[in-house]
Amino acid sequence: MTKELIRLKVNGETHELAIAPNKLLLDVLREDLGLTGSKRGCDDSSCGCCTVLIDGMPMLSCVALATSYQDAEITTVEGLARDGELDPVQEAFMSWGGAQCGFCTPGFLMTTHALLEKNPDPTLDQVREALASNICRCTGYTQIYESVLAAAQKIREKRKNEIAISK
Amino acid sequence: MAEIKWPSAANRGLIGKSISRIDGPWKSSGRAKYTYDQGPAGMLYAKLVTSPYAHAKVTAIDTSRAERLPGVRAIHIFTAVGKEVNWEGHEVVGVAADTEELAEDAARLIRVEYDPQPYLVADTDAQHAGPGRFREMSPRKTGDPEQALQQADVTSEGTYGQPVITHCCHEAHGSVAEWKGDELYVWISTQNVSGLSNEYASALNIPATNVHVDCQVMGGGFGSKFAADSWGVAAAAMARKAGRPVKLMLDREVELLSAGCRPSLHAKIRVGAKRDGTLIAWDSESWGTAGMSGGGVPQLPYIIQVPNSGHRHTSIFTNIGPARAWRAPNHPQMCFLTMAALDDLAAKLNMDSLDFFLKNVGLTGERAGVYKQQMLMAADMIGWKQKWHSRGDKTPGHIKRGLGLSFHTWAGGGHMGYCRTTIHPDGSVEVATGSQDLGTGTRTVIGIVAAETLGLPLDAVRVEIGNNKYPPDGASGGSTTVGGVSSSTRTSATTALNELFAKAAPSLGTTADKLEAVGGQIRVIGDPSKSIPWKKACAKLGTTPIVAMGQRNFSLISSGVGGVQMAEVAVDIDTGIVRMEKMVAVQDCGLIIDMKTAMSQVYGACIMGTCYALYEEKIMDQQTGTCLNPNMEFYKLSGLDDIGDITVHMMTEDSYQDRGVIGLGEPPVISPGAAISNAVANAIGVRVPELPITPDRVLAALGKGGLV
Repeated sequence: MTKELIRLKVNGETHELAIAPNKLLLDVLREDLGLTGSKRGCDDSSCGCCTVLIDGMPMLSCVALATSYQDAEITTVEGLARDGELDPVQEAFMSWGGAQCGFCTPGFLMTTHALLEKNPDPTLDQVREALASNICRCTGYTQIYESVLAAAQKIREKRKNEIAISK
Repeated sequence: MAEIKWPSAANRGLIGKSISRIDGPWKSSGRAKYTYDQGPAGMLYAKLVTSPYAHAKVTAIDTSRAERLPGVRAIHIFTAVGKEVNWEGHEVVGVAADTEELAEDAARLIRVEYDPQPYLVADTDAQHAGPGRFREMSPRKTGDPEQALQQADVTSEGTYGQPVITHCCHEAHGSVAEWKGDELYVWISTQNVSGLSNEYASALNIPATNVHVDCQVMGGGFGSKFAADSWGVAAAAMARKAGRPVKLMLDREVELLSAGCRPSLHAKIRVGAKRDGTLIAWDSESWGTAGMSGGGVPQLPYIIQVPNSGHRHTSIFTNIGPARAWRAPNHPQMCFLTMAALDDLAAKLNMDSLDFFLKNVGLTGERAGVYKQQMLMAADMIGWKQKWHSRGDKTPGHIKRGLGLSFHTWAGGGHMGYCRTTIHPDGSVEVATGSQDLGTGTRTVIGIVAAETLGLPLDAVRVEIGNNKYPPDGASGGSTTVGGVSSSTRTSATTALNELFAKAAPSLGTTADKLEAVGGQIRVIGDPSKSIPWKKACAKLGTTPIVAMGQRNFSLISSGVGGVQMAEVAVDIDTGIVRMEKMVAVQDCGLIIDMKTAMSQVYGACIMGTCYALYEEKIMDQQTGTCLNPNMEFYKLSGLDDIGDITVHMMTEDSYQDRGVIGLGEPPVISPGAAISNAVANAIGVRVPELPITPDRVLAALGKGGLV
C-alpha cells in the first residue's frame, strides 16, 4: 500500500510520518515512534492493553486508524510522567501493587488517568465501572482499585494545595 | 561469622515487610520492555499457517506464491507433507517478511492440502470415545467403599465436571531471535531462562554455549512457557535463513488454540456419612482429557482420606489441543470435584457445610490443625455464622445469596539454582541469577534477601536476573522459585559477607566470627560502638571484588502448605448471572519474604480462580472439530466490575514462619472453583454441576430443582 505523509501529535510532540493509510494507531506508536508501553493483548478490542488518550478520552489504539487522529492530542503511558517525575496515578500503582506482571498496566494507567481528570473523587462503584473494560490476568483487581482510590486522594490533595498557594 | 540461616523475627529488617516491587517504576512508566516490545534493527515479522482441521494428514504444501512476494525472506515448515496435525491451530508453515502485514499476506498465499482424519473433541463421555481414544487407568481402593455406602445413614450421588480451559497469558507465547555470526540471541517470554539453551542447541545444531537467552519481564506464563517451543525454534531458524532478526509472537487465536490447555476432569461421585456427619464412604469414576497425551491420574478424593474409598479414571485422547501445566496442575479440578460432592452430602445431612468439614478435618492427616485454624479464621472474616443459611436463600426477590468453602494444599519446595553475589571495593553490590520474574516478585525477593543479609538498604543491591549468562536457576514451575532463589541468594550473600568480615576484622581488632552487618555498618556483635561503615570495609578489598556463589539450600526452605477460601455469591435467578461478591483467602506459605508481593499472588489467584469458576471454557464443536471461542471476546475473563471484595490473610505465626520459605504461586488458585460452586448451590438450592457456572447452566439447574 502506498504510504502517506501524516502528522501525529503524541505526548506533546508533533511527528511527521510516512505510513500506510490502513496502519493502526497502536502499530504506529509502537513501530514508528518506538512507544512500546501500549500493548496488543487480544487482537480484537477486548482487553484494553492498548488504551491511549485521544483528546483526553480513553480509546483503544488497536482499532483506531492513525490517519484519523491527525488533529488530536494523543497521550500514551510514556507521556504521563512530567520532567521525569511519575504522575500520581503511576506513583499509586507502584506503591499499592497495581502492577504485577505489568502487561496490562499501561492500559489501566491511561483509563485511570482519564477517569480522575474528569472525576477526582470517584466512588468505588465509579472506579469499577470506568475500568471494567481493562482486563488483568494476574494481579488481582483489589490492588488496582486501591491504587486508583489512592491516586484520586493524592490528586485532590495536590489540587487543594495548589488552590491554597494561589490564594 | 554469619551463619546460613534466616534471621529471627526480631532481627528482620526487610524480610516479611510489605515492600513495593523494585521493577514497579519500569512497569508504571511503560519503560518495561517485554519480548513483544523488542525490535532490533532490520527485524522481520513472522506469521503462521495453521491447521483448520482437528486431525488431518498434510498431503501437499505449496509455498511458491508466497516466496515470489517481494519482502518475503524466509519460510519454515513445521509439519512436513505426510505428517499429521492433531488439533485446530496446529502449526504447519511459518513465513517471515519485512512487515507484519506482508507476512500475513504471504501466509494467505501458502497452500496446504490436507487429508482429514477422524477426530474427537468432545470429552464428556468416556464410554463413547471409541477404540484407541481412551485408556482406563489402574483403579485404587481403600477399605470397602461399596459396603460402607450401604452402611451409611446418608448418601449423596452426583456428576460434576469442568472443561478444558487455556492459560490466556496477556503476552502471547513468542520470541525475537537474532544471529550474530553463529551466536544466537533470543528474547523470549519464558518461565525457564536458564533451561532453554539445550533445546535451541540441539534443534539448530549449535553448541549450547552459543545460545543467549533474555527475558527481563514477561506478561504471564502460568505453566505454559517452559519450552522454546516449535515456534521459538522456527523464529531462530528463519532468522538464520534470512540473515535478519525475526519476531514471532503468536496471534491471540493461535495462542488460545495451541499454546496450552488445562486438562478437563469430570466424575460421577457417590459419598456416604453417618447421621452425625462422619464421612465413611467415597466412590468415584472420573474421566477427562489432556489432548492427545494421557495426562496424570487425578487423586480423588482430594486431601481428605475417606476410610473407605474407591477411584477409577479414564483418560480420553482428544484433538482439543495440547495440554500444558496450568497453575497447580490437577489440583483445582480434583479440589472442585471433591469439595462439591462433599458439600452436597453436607446439604443432605442438613448440616452447615463448615460444621461438616470441621467434623471431618481429621481425615486430612498431618495438616488437620492448620486447616481447622484457617477455617475458623476464614469463617470469622466472612461472617459465616451470621450469614449462613441452609440450601436455597428463602429471602424474597430474584437475587439469592449463598456461602461456600473449600481448602487446598500444595508442595512448593525450592528448585535447584545458583546465585552469585559480588561485593565491589567501592561498596556496590550485585546479585545475579539466571532466574525469571513472571510478575510474581522474584526480582524483589532476591533484592530483599541480599539486602537483609548484608545489612544494606534494598536500593543498595543491584539485582540481575532474566539472562542465561548469569548462574543458572531452575524453571519457575510448581511454586519452587521463591524457595530456590531465596535460599541460593541467602547462601551466596552470607558467604560473600563472611569474606568481607575476614578483611574488615583486623581493623576492628577482632576476628571475622565476632562481626555482624547491620544498618550499613560492619560491627562487633554485642558492641555496636566498634564498627566501620560498609563502604570503608569494602575499600579494604583493594582492587579485587568478592565473588561468592551459593546454591539452593534445603535448610532454608520447606514444602507443603494449607489454605482455606470462602466465597459469598449473589445469583440472579431470573437471568442466571452469578456474581462473586466476596472472597476470603487464608493462606500459609512458610516464611514470607515480601508480604506485598505474596499477598498479590493470592489476590491474583482469587481472580484467576473466579474466572475459571464463572467464565472460562474452551468451547469445542464436535460437528466441525473446531474451537468456537479462540478470542478474548468470547473466551471470557473477568473485569474489575465482575469481582467483589477479596480479603487475604497470610499465616505469620512463628510456627509457620519457622519452617522456612515455601512457594505460593499455585496454592491459592486451587480453591476458588469449589468455594464459588458451593456458594452457588447454597444460594439457589441446587448444584450447578459443571464449571464454569454460566447463566445457561444456572437456569438449567434451576429447571431441575432448587428454588424455582
